[in-house]
Formats: sequence, structure tokens, C-alpha cells
Amino acid sequence: MTNKFLINKSKMQKISDKKLISFVIIITIFILTTALISSGFLNPYWIQIIQFALIITISALGLNLIYGYTGQFSLGHAAFYGIGAYSSALITKTLHNWGFFSFIIGLITAIIIVGIIALFIGLPILRLKSDYLGIATLGFGIIVKVLFDNADAVIPGLGGSRGMLGIPRFTVFPLTYLFFIIAIVVIRNFVYSDIGRSCISIREDDIAADCVGVNTTKYKTIGFVFGSIFAGVAGVLYAHLYSFLHPSNFDFLKSIDVLLIVVLGGLGSISGTIIAAIAWTFLLEGLRVVLPSQILDWRLVIYPLVLIIIMLIKPMGIGSGMEFGFLKPDDNEISKKDLKQV
Amino acid sequence: MLSRYNRVDFRRFFYIISPMSYFLQQLINGLQLGFVYALIALGYTMVYGIVRLINFAHGDVFMVGAYFGFYALALYHLPFPLALLFAMVGCAILGITIERLAYRPLRNAPRISALITAMGVSLFLEYFSSLKFVFGPNYLAYPRPFEVCTYQIGSVCISNIQILVFGVAIILLILLQFIVQKTKIGMAMRAVSYDKDTAKLMGINVDFIISFTFGIGSALAGAGGVLYGIAYPQIHPFMGIMPGLKAFVAAVLGGIGSIPGAMIGALIMGVVETMCSAYISSTMRDAFAFSILIIVLLVKPTGILGKRETEKV
Repeated sequence: MTNKFLINKSKMQKISDKKLISFVIIITIFILTTALISSGFLNPYWIQIIQFALIITISALGLNLIYGYTGQFSLGHAAFYGIGAYSSALITKTLHNWGFFSFIIGLITAIIIVGIIALFIGLPILRLKSDYLGIATLGFGIIVKVLFDNADAVIPGLGGSRGMLGIPRFTVFPLTYLFFIIAIVVIRNFVYSDIGRSCISIREDDIAADCVGVNTTKYKTIGFVFGSIFAGVAGVLYAHLYSFLHPSNFDFLKSIDVLLIVVLGGLGSISGTIIAAIAWTFLLEGLRVVLPSQILDWRLVIYPLVLIIIMLIKPMGIGSGMEFGFLKPDDNEISKKDLKQV
Repeated sequence: MLSRYNRVDFRRFFYIISPMSYFLQQLINGLQLGFVYALIALGYTMVYGIVRLINFAHGDVFMVGAYFGFYALALYHLPFPLALLFAMVGCAILGITIERLAYRPLRNAPRISALITAMGVSLFLEYFSSLKFVFGPNYLAYPRPFEVCTYQIGSVCISNIQILVFGVAIILLILLQFIVQKTKIGMAMRAVSYDKDTAKLMGINVDFIISFTFGIGSALAGAGGVLYGIAYPQIHPFMGIMPGLKAFVAAVLGGIGSIPGAMIGALIMGVVETMCSAYISSTMRDAFAFSILIIVLLVKPTGILGKRETEKV
């Protein structure tokens, strides 16, 4: 009797330890970065890069959900990123008297619009398999980019190919960090939920998943819509960080950038995506200050080479299947869920 | 803004002639574009037919071909047929090298891995070409091998450049059809695309055939690059992305894996794109091209002349 109680107590101790550690890490990173910013150690350029890294991470987490966990190859991620950015920017620009409240309205509208578009695009397109799906989403991405280019014919406020100016700057470091943490928590809980398991089963083998009764269309669409909403939220933050939008920020190459991050970080690994996204941004953007321009041209040559070599050596990416301890579910959490399902 | 007004004036100029001849004129322009797309689309379709890989780098091989032609024409002042041959051989070597280094090790890997590798190769070619000591990041004006002159046939104008594009493309397409259908190596190609393992058992050197296919496809793309450069005289390291993607759409439209299908699809794409920019909006033409892709994929994924593949569990 006493023995059993002791085991239970030690297990409970372990859970709270894990949650405590992750909580401490989150707060420490936040305080450290805020201290660095307010002490003037980081100039505005670096602050912007840090925020951009977090934004790219949110977007990449979304693609990891679509491709890494659900196994649906998408090359149109930048389209949803762009839709989120443009729709929210239009709202904050029109409601500029409302202050921060307009940002919240813009965010909610962007999430709804991106979700609806992803649903209507995803439902028919997700019937396609592997590379055909990639090509179809790529086509969708290019169509959306062309529509952005010509958007000023319908809504002059969107600016079309001249770009959209004068978006209020709402994105500050605490806000970006908050969304970054929310994104990680949401995706972690999504992946280890029943829905997430169904998505992973589709990735492993969609025919087998279909045979054991997983509604593949439903879960593919859920994964796709959720992942696209992540991209949309990242787009909202992006628009209010740089206060300028141009259709070329959302073209085909930008989708590939996010794909590269997800692949480099490892398919189906949250920690891998976070590390890869932050490292990628600092290597690409940060090195701009440090390196002379001759070497700078080479970074975009070396980058695809690294991708090819990783694909040849480890086709699932470097960090695939690896995860930080605090992002994994606890043992008894899993067993409880399994019992419930049985 | 300026170019938009120019376009309207241009259109009005043709409307004064007659709507019918304007249409025929656009048809000829569309066929010119379509034949260039056909040369690229054939490489896509042949490679897909044999190794089931969307060779994303193919559009960039096309770009490299245009640059090879540029150097042959502008620096070495070679006559046009030699410059074309130079670009084709150069691209064939490039294509075989890419296949050997990047795709062969992944032949039994998941298809997506090979596709991402192909994208990596594509990005590598683009950014490597834009380095200063390679091709440079700037736009270059393409030299014309001869003076441009236009001939009036009825109410329609046709330039000697267009005749050249049609002629070269048709000769190459007939040559390709001859190689695939009448020669021994063409028979081996068809056998490998039908069933790789059985072909191996029949004593066909599968690796060699795949390399040969990449070589031929890339040579055609190189020829397409030279023709594109002459017809639309401006080149830069990222010029291959859009024609490459559209040629891929053409290959899907015609039925991927089918050589006549790729030709038909490419001509349709070229004409649709030109008509769209002539009658609807030139900035919207990419949206139309890719809407065709999505509709074809959803309605008839096998394309016009494609064969249906059964799904195996």
C-alpha cells in the first residue's frame, strides 16, 4: 500500500518537474532577451531579425504539421502566409484609429480567412498523392501571388505590384514571443492528441490508415487547415513587423525556404524545426552584416548543396524523430489516453 | 504603368487591321512560345516516364542552355547551328552529371526525397549561375544571329525568328520521335519505362538508358534555351523557373510520360498563355496557366494522352 503510494508520488513529482523546467526555460529566455533589448545591447536590426526568426518558426511549424506529421507535401505555404499578412494588414490599415484592438480584429479575420481558403483548397486538392499534390499546391501558390500582384485593381488599398505601405507596426518582441510559445504548445498538444495520431498514421501509410478506419480525408484536411493557419498567423506578425508588403515576399521561393527549414530540421520534429528555423534566419539574415559581399553570394549556393547532401545521407532530415524532453508527453499521460481509447 | 498603356496602344493598333488577323497573329506568337515549351516539356515527360521523378532542375538546365548559346554566339561568334549544337552538348553533359551525382543515389528512396533533391539542384544551379565569375546576376541582351525581318503572309506577319523557332523545334521533335520509335536504344528506353526490372532481366543496361534519357532531355532543353533567348532576347539566371514550371504543366496536361502528349500540351499552353495576355490581361497569364494545371490534376490527372496507373496496396 505504502509502496504504491510512493511510486505514484515520485511520478507526480517528475511531471511537475518537467512542466516547471519548461516554464523556467520560457521565462528565462524571455527575460534574457528583453534585458538585452532594453539595455541597448541589441540594435533594432537585430531585434527585427530575432522577431523574424520566431515568425519563420511559427510558419515552419505549420508546414511541419502538414508535411512532417500528416505527410501531405505542400509547396504553397507562402500563399497562406501572404493571405494572412494581406488580409490583416488591410484591416489594421482601415481601422487605424482603433489602436491595438484593430490588430486583434485583423488577426482573428486573418485566421478565419486563411482557414476557409485552406479548407476549400484542401478538400479537393488533398485527394492527390505525393508529388502531384506538391505540384498542385505550387500552382495554387503561384496563382495567389499573381492575384496579389493584381489585387489593386479590385481593392486599391492592397497596393498590387507596387506593394502595400503604411501598415501600423504592432509586432513587438513580447507579442512575437507569446505567439511563438502558443504555436509550440498548440502543435505539441495537437500532435499528441487523437487527431495528431490519426495524422501520423496517414503519413506512415494512408491506405493502411484507411483500412483501420481512420477517416483520411478528414484528418488530412484538418492537418492542412491547422498548418495553414499557423502560416497565416506568421503572416499577420510579419506584416506588422516590417509595415510593408510586396507580392514578391510570398512567391514560390519563399515556400521552398520554409520547406527547406522543415526538411533540415527533420520531418516530424518540433525541436528540429525550431532550431533549423532560428539557425537559418541567423545564417541568412545575420551574416549579411558580418560577411563581405563576395562571400555573401556563396551562402545561397552552399545552402542548396547542404540540402542535397542531407537528402542523400538522411532523407528524413537531421533531427527527425528527436525531440526535447519537455516537448514529449509523459509516460502516464500516454497510458491514460490509451486506456481511454481501449 | 507605362508598359500598361503601351500594351493597350499596341492592341488597338492590331484591332485596326482586323480582329481576325489579330487572332491569327496571336496564334502564331502562341505557337512560337508553345514550341519552346515543347522542347522543355519533352525532357520532363521522358524523365518522368523512366524514373518517376519530377526533375525540377530541368528549367535551370534550360537556363544554362540559353547561356551556353549566348557565349557561343556573342563571345566566340559561332554560326547559329554550331551554337545550338554547343548548347545541346553542354546541357546533355550537365544533365547526365546531375543524374549521376544527385538522383542515382536516391533511386530507391521515397519519391519526395528525390523531388526535394531536385529542388536543391535547381536552387543550386540558379544561385551558382548568378555568382559573378559564372554567369553573373544581371540581365543580358541576347545576340541575334541574323537581322530580323518580317514577311507578310495575307494579313499576318511572321518573322524569320519565328520561322527559325518552328523549324528547329519541329526538326528536333521528329528526330526525337525517330530515336524513340525506330532505334534500338529507343526501344530500350521504352522497355525501361514500361518495367525497369524486366528490362534489366532482358539484358538492358538500365543505368546507361537512364543517363541517356537525361542527356537527350537536357539537350532538348538546351536547344529550347537558345531558341527562347533568340525569340525573347533577354536572359538572366532565374529565367528558367517560370518556363520550366509551365513546361511541366504542359507535360501534365498532355499526359505525363507520353511524348506526343507533351508536344500537344505545350502547344496548348503556349497558345492559351498568349491569347490570355492578348485578350484578358498579360499580368494574369500565369494564374491562368496554373489554373489549367489544378483543373487538369483534379478532373483528369492522367492528362490528354496519359495512361492510367493502377494503385497497388
